[in-house]
Amino acid sequence: MTLETVRRLLNCQVIAGDGKLGEEVWVGCGADLMSDVLAFIKPDALLLTGLTNVLSVRTAEIAEVRAIVYVRGKLPDKEAVSVAKEKGMVLLSTDLPMYESCGKLYASGLAGGSELKEGLRDVQRAPVPSAF
Amino acid sequence: MSSEPLFRQRFDICGRDYTNGGRASIAIKGILREIGIHPSVIRRVAIASYEAEMNVVLYAHKGAMELKVTPKDIRITVEDDGPGIPDVELAMQEGYSTASDEIREMGFGAGMGLPNIKKNADTLAVDSVLGKGTTVNIMIRL
Repeated sequence: MTLETVRRLLNCQVIAGDGKLGEEVWVGCGADLMSDVLAFIKPDALLLTGLTNVLSVRTAEIAEVRAIVYVRGKLPDKEAVSVAKEKGMVLLSTDLPMYESCGKLYASGLAGGSELKEGLRDVQRAPVPSAF
Repeated sequence: MSSEPLFRQRFDICGRDYTNGGRASIAIKGILREIGIHPSVIRRVAIASYEAEMNVVLYAHKGAMELKVTPKDIRITVEDDGPGIPDVELAMQEGYSTASDEIREMGFGAGMGLPNIKKNADTLAVDSVLGKGTTVNIMIRL
């Protein structure tokens, strides 16, 4: 899924990386605790979080996250934006809460971490019910 | 000896300096990429060293991290002057945490730090003395 699609689905404001919305993410992860991100996230993921400090961006860089969506209308702090710009990471912000943000992306085809085989882009997941 | 390091670098870590927390691990990631280490190994080293570095930032006044690359493995040693871990075995269990509200507000303290290091390392040794500090030795084979 392209980051432009993510932006459109969640009606995001683009905080950093405006020129990189054509890039793709392969898997999503929603977490506010950074150790959970490090424990479970796959490379080239989209991270959805409510944590707005610079450690969200540092953790994302360590975990090879491609872009961060700050949920619940939160905006990353100045330091986080500055580090993201320096590293070329895309930062988005949506007014939607975490559950709805993840639900919309999942229903539109963005896989979860347990569905992505290590090192593969090949996702095997159960079909999402049409009423979702 | 084949374990003679090909590369060695030391980084100072400052406790409670959240703004710079993680910089040493990101530098290590860059160094390993330049050396040409396999990306899957770099990812494991980066996650393990970042968790260890953040433990110093979150719990200690100061500490240091040393990276050693040998022909056979990558070794990370992290030393700090923090309060020490009363029960290392307990701290190795997922979800066990003594984190303050301040630490939790920073997005850490979920009790996943040492378990995450263990998961990514081939060997992990934690040596802790109450009131003195903690030394963490991480080894990841090449």
